[in-house]
Amino acid sequence: MDLMKDWELVIGLEVHIQLATNSKIFSGAATAFGAEPNTQACAVDLGMPGVLPVLNKEAVRMAVQFGLAVDAEVNRKSVFARKNYFYPDLPKGYQISQFELPIVGRGHVDIVQKDGTIKRVGVTRAHLEEDAGKSLHEDFHGMSGIDLNRASTPLLEIVSEPDLRSAEEAVAYLKTIHGLVRYLEICDGNMAEGSMRCDANVSVRRRGEEKFGTRCEIKNVNSFRFVEKAINYEAERQIREILAGNSIRQETRLYDSTKNETRSMRSKEEANDYRYFPDPDLLPLVIDDEYIAGVKAGLPELPAAKRERFIGQYGLSNYDATVLTGSKELAAAYETLVGLVGKEPKICANWLSQELAGYLNKENLEITESKVSMEQLAALVGRILDGTISGRGGKEVLEALWAGEAEVDGIIEAKGLKQMSDTGALEAIIDQVLAGATAQVEQYRGGKTGLFGFFVGQVMKLSKGQANPGQVNDILKKKLEG
Amino acid sequence: MIEKTIAELSAGLAAGEFSSRELTDAYLQRIATLDSKLNSFVTVTADAARAQADAADAARRAGNTSRLLGVPFAHKDIFCTAGVRTSCGSKMLDSFVAPYDATVVRKLKEAGLVTLGKTNMDEFAMGSSNETSYYGPVRNPWNLDTVPGGSSGGSAAAVAARLTPGATGTDTGGSIRQPAALVGITGLKPTYGRVSRYGMIAFASSLDQGGPMAQTAEDCALLLGAMAGFDERDSTSLDEPVPDYTAELNQPLKGLRIGLPKEYFGEGLDAGTAACVEAAIAEYKKLGAEVKEISLPNSGLSVPVYYIIAPAEASSNLSRYDGVRFGHRCENPKDLLDLYSRSRGEGFGAEVKRRILIGTYALSAGYYDAYYLKAQKIRRLIAEDFKRAFEEVDVILGPTSPSPAFRIGEKSDDPVSMYLNDIYTIAINLAGLPAMSLPCGFVNGLPVGLQLIGNYFAEGRLLNAAHQYQQVTDWHSRAPAL
Repeated sequence: MDLMKDWELVIGLEVHIQLATNSKIFSGAATAFGAEPNTQACAVDLGMPGVLPVLNKEAVRMAVQFGLAVDAEVNRKSVFARKNYFYPDLPKGYQISQFELPIVGRGHVDIVQKDGTIKRVGVTRAHLEEDAGKSLHEDFHGMSGIDLNRASTPLLEIVSEPDLRSAEEAVAYLKTIHGLVRYLEICDGNMAEGSMRCDANVSVRRRGEEKFGTRCEIKNVNSFRFVEKAINYEAERQIREILAGNSIRQETRLYDSTKNETRSMRSKEEANDYRYFPDPDLLPLVIDDEYIAGVKAGLPELPAAKRERFIGQYGLSNYDATVLTGSKELAAAYETLVGLVGKEPKICANWLSQELAGYLNKENLEITESKVSMEQLAALVGRILDGTISGRGGKEVLEALWAGEAEVDGIIEAKGLKQMSDTGALEAIIDQVLAGATAQVEQYRGGKTGLFGFFVGQVMKLSKGQANPGQVNDILKKKLEG
Repeated sequence: MIEKTIAELSAGLAAGEFSSRELTDAYLQRIATLDSKLNSFVTVTADAARAQADAADAARRAGNTSRLLGVPFAHKDIFCTAGVRTSCGSKMLDSFVAPYDATVVRKLKEAGLVTLGKTNMDEFAMGSSNETSYYGPVRNPWNLDTVPGGSSGGSAAAVAARLTPGATGTDTGGSIRQPAALVGITGLKPTYGRVSRYGMIAFASSLDQGGPMAQTAEDCALLLGAMAGFDERDSTSLDEPVPDYTAELNQPLKGLRIGLPKEYFGEGLDAGTAACVEAAIAEYKKLGAEVKEISLPNSGLSVPVYYIIAPAEASSNLSRYDGVRFGHRCENPKDLLDLYSRSRGEGFGAEVKRRILIGTYALSAGYYDAYYLKAQKIRRLIAEDFKRAFEEVDVILGPTSPSPAFRIGEKSDDPVSMYLNDIYTIAINLAGLPAMSLPCGFVNGLPVGLQLIGNYFAEGRLLNAAHQYQQVTDWHSRAPAL
């Protein structure tokens, strides 16, 4: 958008991740998604009289893992606080959260931008809290239904610094967090099921301006695509307001993905007074160095370390290494592929992160859902490396594999993709081409070396594309210059 | 047998002098005959009590020798009882039946006690006279025109009138001790965290503590032994071993250092009450105790501090009563706000509303620091006063209440005068210390209570001091004529 070239966006994200614990953060009820309404809510989740919360240790461990993974200060003492407000799907009339003393303090994550450069984004804090239930406004004929299965599901709210300067950066940050929590196996990252949710704080300022503009918080931007669209819509809205001489009102806005617009929910003045105070039912959470060291020792290899290792061990570019370490599963698939092929890790990287990824993206599938196995892809790459097929032939093989055929050599046979690598046969074809183009041979030998491509083309044409290009080059060169 | 203490009943049951069924029938008969005068029970569970008594008799025949087996008992209607209404003295919970037993209820059931029913109380334990109950005021059996104190007024009156040999109470600012004093029985508020709060409907979570009410210190020792202990369902319960509280009862008091806080004997203390307490001090000296004056300089701040902290916590604790899941719901709500405001407006009484308003105000943005935070700081100063005092003395002694029971209606229109009734008890809750009240005389035919305050987990010492006093006095064995 032209409008934006004089303007800079300032974005901070609040990401809620649902921690992958088996039971809830303050009760023993199960957390599985999709159960019949109100079948996974116990007396504690229902906020019945007299019940008390008991902190789930597993949620604490996961929060500490996250803190360590973003190089943050893990607070030895953190405090649960009550955030008071009335809503039918909030059973106790307050949400137990952390306010003044969160478990995870200041940290950072590195995001890789499109051009391969790395940007460091500050993480202000991350705190533990419980989720609310769900209000169901359909199917109840003028009434609302309440499903409290989700009530008291553990959440980690990750708050970034306002370090992001474009919608693209915001998406890159969100993807980095997404990858990280899945590496740590502390969240399944399923945005469609609400396991990861995002609110964006957006403001704009003229380029060169130091002061931040007035921000608006956009609620519920729950996919990578919507984050980008919502931020861009909101930024444009704010710029237009300012250009029209209006000022931006600090408010909370809701993103409507069907209309691709944000609309006002409530202004700062209408905001709830949450009357935070320390929850007297829960003692301050105190953890010691030994505990933190234990969690640290159990951390898996994290994306940044893996990226560095891929660059060193496999000679990959920063960009390829970043793409391949974007998810734990993709990185594992790559290492499987390289192991099976046994050589040429860069070529393996291309076939995985570009060719196969193309098919996956088209059908919006994860690597774990790929219709082509690493064994099949390894066989394909092997056939390219041993000269049986060309790169182009490989693409045809992949297409057939994706379509459901099983066997690489069978496909090569059936489609006649085998390259002509027999030196004698190739020489015969080349001789035939040279004999039919004596004039061009003269010109070439007279110094018009640009004609080399013409001869290659003729050879490929005559061989119906099956000639091994490398060999063709070698033999042609020898014959033309010999 | 109705006059007997729990220890005596226990011995009688063990000796086969009477069965639990006979005992239970006798108490049920007495409740049926007399409680219309007192209104001390909200619910009498006669059938269940007879069944429990029969089961206790069968267990005894089968060899069970638990000391509390088959002894009748009553629970303050703030403790959740599975299958039996738990009203908390409120219209809001008039129809509430919990699907679980409070931990205290479960433990006492396991110890073999037979539950006669649930006793009346100030609504949500907010009151010092038992006049705020939805079920009407409880009357003091010593003079039916006077109050029994509160909030555990039903338990107190029932024990005093020998409608039950013992009952549970809860004490947030004096709600066990003050009614015990006003009806001439013995009541113990344990160290905060000594008795589980799970299933005990919350008023002010950081102050609430359940405890026993009975005729004697010995009975309280028996009951506390069965009630106390760590509960994994209550994060604020303390993982300290539970001693046999009866084992220390008979230790001589020679050399016991008793502190008399000068602040507890000044202006505002009724002369008759003061004389009774002075007489008790003389008895302790005769028993060999050393008495010295001490100072609790911040105790004058305890009432204002309490009336910030307790309402603040209550305003949040009572948010769950919203008409959505349980409890009172208004007829035909026209929208959500109407549902909330009418359900709560109709379900809560005036005193509860007053405290919700005070607490909401104290936690509001802009007032939090001046009220809640400041109150918490003073709370620490109050606790430090006691800490210093316990470096010099073993037990602190004073009056429980500034005057004997007042007439019903006398203070209803003057909340501040009502609040000052707890001027000697509140600081103990703020500090989290154990304390008890025991009968020490009469003024104009109304009982006077003596308060003993101990250091953290010094319940054994308190019970010992109280028991020794009760060996040389008979105030505790005097019963009202009904």
